[in-house]
Formats: sequence, structure tokens, C-alpha cells
Amino acid sequence: MLGALIIVFREIIEAGLIVGIVLAVTRGVHGSRLVIAAGVAAGVVGACLVAVFAGVLANALAGIGQEVFNASILFIAVVMLIWHNVWMASHGRQLAGQVRQVGEAVRAGRRSIAALGVVCMVAVMREGSEIALFMYGLAASAGSTTADLLIGSSLGLAAGVGVTAVTYFGLVTIPPRRLFAVTTLLISFLAAGLAAQAVLFLQQAGVVEVLEGTAWDTSAFLSDTSLFGRVLHTLIGYSDQPSVLQVVVYVATLAVIAALTKAFGPRRAPARKALGAAPAE
Amino acid sequence: MIARRYAVVLGAGLALGPGAAPAAFADEPAKVSITLEDHKFSPAEPTVPAGKPIAIEVVNQDKTPAEFESKPLRVEKVVPGGGKITIQVRPLKPGRYRFFDDYHESTTEGFLVAQ
Repeated sequence: MLGALIIVFREIIEAGLIVGIVLAVTRGVHGSRLVIAAGVAAGVVGACLVAVFAGVLANALAGIGQEVFNASILFIAVVMLIWHNVWMASHGRQLAGQVRQVGEAVRAGRRSIAALGVVCMVAVMREGSEIALFMYGLAASAGSTTADLLIGSSLGLAAGVGVTAVTYFGLVTIPPRRLFAVTTLLISFLAAGLAAQAVLFLQQAGVVEVLEGTAWDTSAFLSDTSLFGRVLHTLIGYSDQPSVLQVVVYVATLAVIAALTKAFGPRRAPARKALGAAPAE
Repeated sequence: MIARRYAVVLGAGLALGPGAAPAAFADEPAKVSITLEDHKFSPAEPTVPAGKPIAIEVVNQDKTPAEFESKPLRVEKVVPGGGKITIQVRPLKPGRYRFFDDYHESTTEGFLVAQ
């Protein structure tokens, strides 16, 4: 039972963290809860579909269907996150401040919220399909321990929802003005980490064959399959044996976000300004 | 400059994906087949030549799905119950590379031996 709990929980942590962050980012924006709920629901349906068609997907595109699919949906999430950050930099500051209720700003914010809904969907779909496959495997292999394992899996799912709650309530204790700076940073690192993951899938598929060497190996120090490693993996994209290209893409993604935020943001990039000011406060 | 490089990578992911893989391998890969039955890999320690690209075929004889995973080989791929997949691996240095079924990690593992 404990084994099943751990497997499911490990898979769900990433989705749990991401949904928690998105909930905190969109707090107080009218209609955002519905969009996120729809995103999560669509993700669950998508996960089941991916699980059901796992065989088809595995054999698609000359055997690299799974990798290309995973890389594609991760890149979609990356683009959505970058777009959200840039949008927030250009007109989103009033949302975080006192003028949050102003109808005009909120209406304009809808599209950005929809992008985050898509991010939730992708996060749930990707990790969820592995959980669906695992649980299907449990259900299919009849045995006296099956019920026990299903209970463990359910507890794992519940713990994942717990991660979402802890993330959300942890973030919303941050004062609104600083929450914006914090979430901008969180989303930047999240996007960079997801981009690095996507690249890994392309390298697995053999679509991209450059810079395949291992940049470093810190698996003895902190394994990215451990609980803490898994959390860091999602939040900042930590990997214990990344390829060189993954590191390049990670840094490049951060650079692109910083450049776009600066280009579209008013005067100075708010994230950097707030970050620089943070230790002094 | 960095932005352009990123855009190229992004473009490669979205546009090049379908059908690009077979042409990408200039060297003919060394093939190895691993069968999964009763949650055991056989052979559990397949040997492959070092310094050549490798194509690992994983055949799942079990009814339940498995996830073939290896950190050092950088592979994470679902093998449907009763299905099979092929994994392309970069040329390896001599050594032992651990792989396992992510759904049964404690009992289902093996080592790819490159020499």
C-alpha cells in the first residue's frame, strides 16, 4: 500500500505544485477558479485518453510518438507560461495591486488566465496519464493485494491535492504586492524547467542529437526522484544528471523571459526590481 | 543570440518532430532486445558495444503496463501491457547502466553493460 502511495504521490507532485501556483497567481481574478477547474478536469480526461491510447502513441511516428507528444505538450505549457509572464509585466501590475477589481483590467486578464488554465491541463494530463496506467495495471492484475494498492493510490492522489493546498495557502500569505514578484520568478523557473524536460524527450527520441553529454551528476548528493528532489525538479527544474543541451535550454529560456519581460514591461522589469529590493525589506 | 538559439530548439521540437528520427542516425545502431515477463527483465544484463548508438527493444509480455526508465541512459518510456517499444540510446562509454520499471522499481531492474 505504501509503495503505491509513494509512486502515485511522486507522479502527482508536479501537477499539484503547478496548480497550487496558478491558483495563487490568479487569486481574486473573477472567473479564474472556473477556468482552472476546467483545465484540471480536461487534464484528467486527457490523461485517461493518453493512457487508453498508450499503445497507439508508443508506435506512432516510427516509435517516437510518446516522446514527441510529451515534448510538444511541455512546450505548449512553456509558451503559455512565458506569455503569461510577459502579459503580466506589460499590463498586469494593476491586477496585483488595489485596482484588482476594476472591470476593465480583469476582462483584459481573461486571456492570460485561459493560458494558465491550459498550463494546468497539460500538467495534470502528463503526470496523470502515468498514474492512470499504473492504476489500470493494478486493477488488471487480480490479486489479494489489489484493493490495498488501490487504497494506497487513492491516498497518494489525496496527498497530491494536499500539495496544491499547501502551495496555495503558503503563497497567499505573501502580501499581494510582493506576491506578484514571487510568482513571476516562480513561473520563470517553472517554464525553464519544463523547457529542459521537453528537450530531454526530444533527445530521447533522437530528434535532437547535439550536446548529449551529461553536464553533471549530483544523483549521490540529491536524487531528483527523492521527495525533495522532485519538488525542486518542478520548482526550478533541478535534474541530477542533465544533458548539456538541457542546461543550455534552461538558461536560454530564463534569458528569453527576462528579455521579453524587459521589452514589454513598463520602464524597468518589475520582477528584477522587486527581487533586488527583497533582502532589504 | 541566445534568444535565436532558443527559437531554433523550440522550432525543432514542434516542426521537425514527425519523421525526423530515422534519418538522424547516421551510424547503424546496435540492436538489443529485452523481454519483460512476470515483472522481470531478461536478459537482466544485456551487453552492447561501447561507442555505438544502440536501439533497445523492450517487449512487455505482462498484461500490465510498465515504464522503462533509466537515469544514466536518460530514458523514461511507457511500455503498454502486451506491447513493445524501441528506445534509441546515444553511444555509451564502457560501463554499467541501470534501468528499471518505474512502477516496480524495487523488484524489476537490470543493467545495460557497454563494453
